[in-house]
Amino acid sequence: MFELFSYGDAGWGDEILRGLAITVQLAIVTLPVGLFLGFLAAAASMSRLLPLRLLGFGYTTVMRGLPEILTLFVVYNGAGLLINAVLQWWAPEAAPTDFSPFAAGVVALGMVFGAFAAEVLRGAFQSLDSGQAEAGRAIGMTERQIFLRIRLPQVWRFALPGLGNLWINMLKDTALVSVIALDDLMRMTKVAVGVTKQPFTFYLLACLIYWAMCVLSELVLGQMERRANRGIRRA
Amino acid sequence: MNPLEILAQYWPRLLDGTLMTIKLTLLGALIAALVSPAFALIRVHASPMAQAPLRLYVSFMRGTPILAQLFLIYYGSGQFRPLLQDWGLWTFFRDPFNCALLAFALNSTAYQTEILRGGILGVARGEIEAAKAIGMSRFTALRRVVFPHAYRIAWPALGNEVILLMKASALASVVTVFDVMGRTRQVFSKTFDFSVYLWAALIYLCITAVFVLLWRQAERRLSRHIGARHQAPATVQPLKETRA
Amino acid sequence: MTPPDIILKAEDIHKSFGSVEVLKGISLAARNHDVISILGSSGSGKSTFLRCLNFLETPTSGKVTVHGEEILVKNGKPQNARHIEAIRARLGMVFQQFNLWTHRTVLENVMEGPIQVKGEPKAEARSKAEAFLKRVGLEERMHMYPSQLSGGQQQRVAIARALAMEPDAILFDEPTSALDPELVGEVLKVMQDLAAEGRTMIVVTHEMGFAREVSSEVVFLHEGRIAEQGPPGEMFTNPKTEEFRRFIAKAM
Ligand SMILES: Nc1ncnc2c1ncn2[C@@H]1O[C@H](COP(=O)(O)OP(=O)(O)OP(=O)(O)O)[C@@H](O)[C@H]1O
Ligand SMILES: [Mg+2]
Repeated sequence: MFELFSYGDAGWGDEILRGLAITVQLAIVTLPVGLFLGFLAAAASMSRLLPLRLLGFGYTTVMRGLPEILTLFVVYNGAGLLINAVLQWWAPEAAPTDFSPFAAGVVALGMVFGAFAAEVLRGAFQSLDSGQAEAGRAIGMTERQIFLRIRLPQVWRFALPGLGNLWINMLKDTALVSVIALDDLMRMTKVAVGVTKQPFTFYLLACLIYWAMCVLSELVLGQMERRANRGIRRA
Repeated sequence: MNPLEILAQYWPRLLDGTLMTIKLTLLGALIAALVSPAFALIRVHASPMAQAPLRLYVSFMRGTPILAQLFLIYYGSGQFRPLLQDWGLWTFFRDPFNCALLAFALNSTAYQTEILRGGILGVARGEIEAAKAIGMSRFTALRRVVFPHAYRIAWPALGNEVILLMKASALASVVTVFDVMGRTRQVFSKTFDFSVYLWAALIYLCITAVFVLLWRQAERRLSRHIGARHQAPATVQPLKETRA
Repeated sequence: MTPPDIILKAEDIHKSFGSVEVLKGISLAARNHDVISILGSSGSGKSTFLRCLNFLETPTSGKVTVHGEEILVKNGKPQNARHIEAIRARLGMVFQQFNLWTHRTVLENVMEGPIQVKGEPKAEARSKAEAFLKRVGLEERMHMYPSQLSGGQQQRVAIARALAMEPDAILFDEPTSALDPELVGEVLKVMQDLAAEGRTMIVVTHEMGFAREVSSEVVFLHEGRIAEQGPPGEMFTNPKTEEFRRFIAKAM
């Protein structure tokens, strides 16, 4: 039975590994996109301007309330329609193109990640000790310096556990892109199932791979948290 | 077509999908709610060895995509078809609704177990001692003191879990269950009209909003005893907690 | 065989936490109407001993007899553990931190034991509960939740809760130590009334006045043993051991 998973023509090991590579790529590319959106949305929802606050609130509330798969379809189909509409108007003779599933995955998962990350970051900023910013002001630092040198480095510590959870959720959510035909781990598993007619074996294998990635992430995150909390005594 | 026409034409399907989503979510959450108290007690009281299988189960459910769990049950059962037919279970596994419900119930059980475990650990030790000291049996103390407190403590997190389950239930559409998402995809593949997705989004947001209101109402009742002096912060913040 | 008027008897109670022996063989008998004060410096094992009497802590070895029900413990294993709940129902307990059930009203707290443990009908439990609340002066607060009461009031509710079980004896573990000084009096007053009524009480306390004026017997624990024991008048005027002499000198 192990030849099923072997590398090369006879087995499915190489296909599944390729799928895994896509999954990992997708997660790694999504992370900075999501973090960036998260910072933007957190900044918006803490802004002094009401319209910005409303925008931040609307984005986080809506994105967190929608099923991830719906968001993915909205982005995939919606962006496709949008691109083609623009294309029609720009170059009517061009053939219609598709939005790449990978890009759709990055955008959709990034938007979801960003909405949850905004909440994590906002909470982290709010739990910062305001006395330290005061101390910065007292020695004549500019607000920009205070933000970059005092607040930002500490936000990391408060936000890390929350962001770690989000990373793990996002890693699992990447499985959704198989539905829009991106050849990730989940979809390559499906292909293998189609040929071998061993659905349980292969889906179990996929589960075990995801599980291993999550457990590994947890270990690394635990290590990072310990490092981030150096010099801080637990109450 | 404009969005309103889409709605006018397809609202019966969307309504049907909405009922399916609600049914799937509530049944899944309910089945999990029936099992999780016993599991939570094991997680709190049993020896580490006795807990090991349960911890493995929880870790697996939290460490794998629900979509993969769903496929494992729905497609995976096919691998054991002769066996399942012998046991008379094949008709159960052939139905995508049953498989989706099973997957969601198993998944939610894992999360609810951990949430409830936190609730039980949060119950004041002194109140449990007072129950023992007055001569209550273990079971009576659980029923009258431990669980009422544990549920009050866990209530906001349990609410979040139900909302997350509702969102996850959209995955059932992938195995051809016609919930909101399933109906939406069906309508889209027919009309290629994007606005149906926006209606679906609105439906999901409305379900969440109504649920949050009801859950908070219940929370207020559960927390009556927490006097003005000890006002706990308003706690159901939908989706603030994330699962991982 | 215990003489008929002995309500509670503890024989040779030992208790270790890990390798530390906290109780090194304590025996004590309470007859009907006795009020026994247990004194001792912090860490001497007073609370542990009291909690061994109703098995909130399981002794490492020893024997506890309440109202003819006897539980023998060997190697940390009670021989007839199913009597434990029966013994607990016969011994009321009042805690330092009150430990009221915060999710139930004052009245519900007092009715809970009679209904859930003794199986009394609700109406009966209620009228009795109201009577006991009146005794401790809280009939007007019976529909409030514990969080809406002061510490002294909460402790009086806890006493009413213990009384409602109509126990053979009541154990008190420093009932006034968690209270603001101005609230101590109201609780001590209730306890004094109970003593005057002839209730059997075992009281761990730091209130020298109570031990001296109210109790019929004083037990002084030192490092897990009874160092001195007797009627309060004698003990306080004429302490026999150096430890107790030092203890009262510090406490007065
Ligand atoms: N659950 C426990 N585990 C380990 N050690 C314990 C435990 N409970 C009590 N001890 C130890 O047993 C000893 C006696 O404790 P105990 O609470 O009976 O003292 P006490 O006389 O009531 O003191 P206090 O006046 O401070 O209440 C202490 O040294 C305490 O640290
Ligand atoms: Mg003590």
